[in-house]
Amino acid sequence: MTTMTLCKALNAGLRKALEDDPKVLIMGEDVGKLGGVFRVTDGLQKDFGESRVVDTPLAESGIVGTAIGLALRGYRPVCEIQFDGFVFPAFDQIVSQLAKLRMRSLGQLTVPVTIRIPFGGGIGAVEHHSESPEALFAHTAGLRVVACGSASDAYTMIQQSVAWDDPVIFFEPKRRYWDKADVDTASPLSAAVPLNRARTVLEGTDVTVLCYGPMVRTCAESAVAARADGRSVEVIDLRSLAPLDEETIMASVRRTGRCVVVHEAPVTGGIGAEIAARITEQCFYQLESPVLRVGGFSAPYPPSRLEEHYLPDLDRVLDAVDRTFAA
Amino acid sequence: MTVDAHGAVTAPGSAAGLDGQQGPRTETIQLLTPEGERVEHPDYPLELTTDEMKGLYTDLVLVRRIDTEAIALQRQGELGIWASLLGQEAAQVGSGRALGPRDMAFPTYREHGVAWCRGLDPSRLLELFRGVSHGGWDPAEHRFHLYTIVIGAQTLHATGYAMGIQRDGAVGEDGEAAIVYFGDGATSQGDVNEAFIWASVFNAPVVFFCQNNQWAISEPLERQSRIPLYQRASGFGFPGVRVDGNDVFACLAVTRKALQAAREGQGPMLIEAFTYRMGAHTTTDDPTRYRLASELEAWKLKDPIERVKAYLVRTGAADAAFFAGVDEQANELGWRVRKACQEMPDPQPLAMFENVYAEPNTLLDSERAQYAAYLDTFAPEVAR
Repeated sequence: MTTMTLCKALNAGLRKALEDDPKVLIMGEDVGKLGGVFRVTDGLQKDFGESRVVDTPLAESGIVGTAIGLALRGYRPVCEIQFDGFVFPAFDQIVSQLAKLRMRSLGQLTVPVTIRIPFGGGIGAVEHHSESPEALFAHTAGLRVVACGSASDAYTMIQQSVAWDDPVIFFEPKRRYWDKADVDTASPLSAAVPLNRARTVLEGTDVTVLCYGPMVRTCAESAVAARADGRSVEVIDLRSLAPLDEETIMASVRRTGRCVVVHEAPVTGGIGAEIAARITEQCFYQLESPVLRVGGFSAPYPPSRLEEHYLPDLDRVLDAVDRTFAA
Repeated sequence: MTVDAHGAVTAPGSAAGLDGQQGPRTETIQLLTPEGERVEHPDYPLELTTDEMKGLYTDLVLVRRIDTEAIALQRQGELGIWASLLGQEAAQVGSGRALGPRDMAFPTYREHGVAWCRGLDPSRLLELFRGVSHGGWDPAEHRFHLYTIVIGAQTLHATGYAMGIQRDGAVGEDGEAAIVYFGDGATSQGDVNEAFIWASVFNAPVVFFCQNNQWAISEPLERQSRIPLYQRASGFGFPGVRVDGNDVFACLAVTRKALQAAREGQGPMLIEAFTYRMGAHTTTDDPTRYRLASELEAWKLKDPIERVKAYLVRTGAADAAFFAGVDEQANELGWRVRKACQEMPDPQPLAMFENVYAEPNTLLDSERAQYAAYLDTFAPEVAR
């Protein structure tokens, strides 16, 4: 076990991916000499060269479009989009090309492109630097969408994503980049939790709280606080947003009978809405109360001086937990 | 510059397209040398009164002071972040002062000098960087659009605006034009190239003002272009020129001419203001990780303010009392900016539900009501 930040864990995971497969490339704006604006790729260009860790021209559509071409030629590109709000120039390449090439070619083309996106708010940033666009990608068939919520998952999930043969949109909780945890770098990747499985962070019996990315820590802290009120909260880190690990989700909700889904993204049309619908379909008779959602509002991400009001926090999670008992 | 088989660039000691390195095709318009000597250019005659020259000098000093103050405010935690214009004062003041009252400017997030020339109170800029608003000024009032953070997006907006000018019959004698600012990095974006195409085929009255400050965060110009940027224009079918971006006289003369041509119906033009980002990309950036101090030292000798001062002194146009007066003005402005920033109130929580739609929206209204009720469950001093 090594203690490292989530940022360092991603760096170590990417390093391992570059070492393990000579076809793996890293490409993006400022990922080379600078090591990325968050230093996720720090030192990789120095050790693997400019051919494998590529500072690209400043054009997100170009980054993803050329990554597709490199993948068609047998490479395994890992693209960095510098901030969540900058992914949209690449949206066309992701949604209309990357997601569909396999089906268009009747399975003859494989485009194993991983797109890393630092997402979420809480860092006091200016506009376009705090968004959570994951639902837009989860809504797109052909993409696998995942989010890491801890350093240990960051280390394994980035490697699993790179090795995955489908396109993966990989969300990184930017405000947790500096959170430290123990990471097992010795065990083989095959021993890690599979990429498509959720992970129970805290076991509980009264209510299930589903979350991912930056909200995992928030929800774990909420569960600890709820314990003081005599409530046993089960916290599950979804990890995979498309597809969802329904087996883990439904098993927990069937036991607790109550569920709250928490994400920073707007609740309208969000991942929580999808989960609530599926729980209603599969666990209707085990539910003690409606599935509740805690998330962003149906307004654009506010200026940073208001973000604490926009972002779900411990109080809002506990408020929702309480409401599942009030019904 | 060489590009190897893997596309890796071997950069020379200085950025691509520096004077003299691209052969005779690269010409940089300059009217005031770094040493402060006035030179003439046949295509860009410039007659300035002493007061006008003093005015430009004052603008340069004041916008640098706004910048210095803002950096200090960020360091003290009053601003979340700041994008410094240090080194680009002449490009912004020269082009900004070329604008007529009816011309419309579309900035990036670094055009604090242009904002100054358009009469926007500097504290309005600080609102954005403090996190109080996303901009919030009235673009029509100052003929200065909101800051655009997504790289290059505003080039299309300016082009569309210019197409509106055409439809309003405001091209010709006494016409209007749009100007759009962007950087060297932005020239790689699809939006910017599309804007070039639109402006070209519709002959739109828009001036593309590219401040080539040599760096897109950590990436040097070589990562965006193998040819001098102004030469791109010819491929799109309109003229491009390179101007010494640290020469406020040249930036003024070149932009004036381009704007006048656009207003008269001669279509778009690309101006590449060749300058240098003397500071970090933003206050969160550390340029020592990717560029040499010697490069910075070389550009210090081309400072946009010092050359004007040298010229004013040499020609006897200004005396010590004038310079002392400008410094005094700068101090007062710095104090005023600082005070405005520190006294800036945070927005009310429910403000985040405002101005999302022009028409009533039931979803947002119900969310606002729910959140207001939620806040009311807390003690008043906590909630509001």
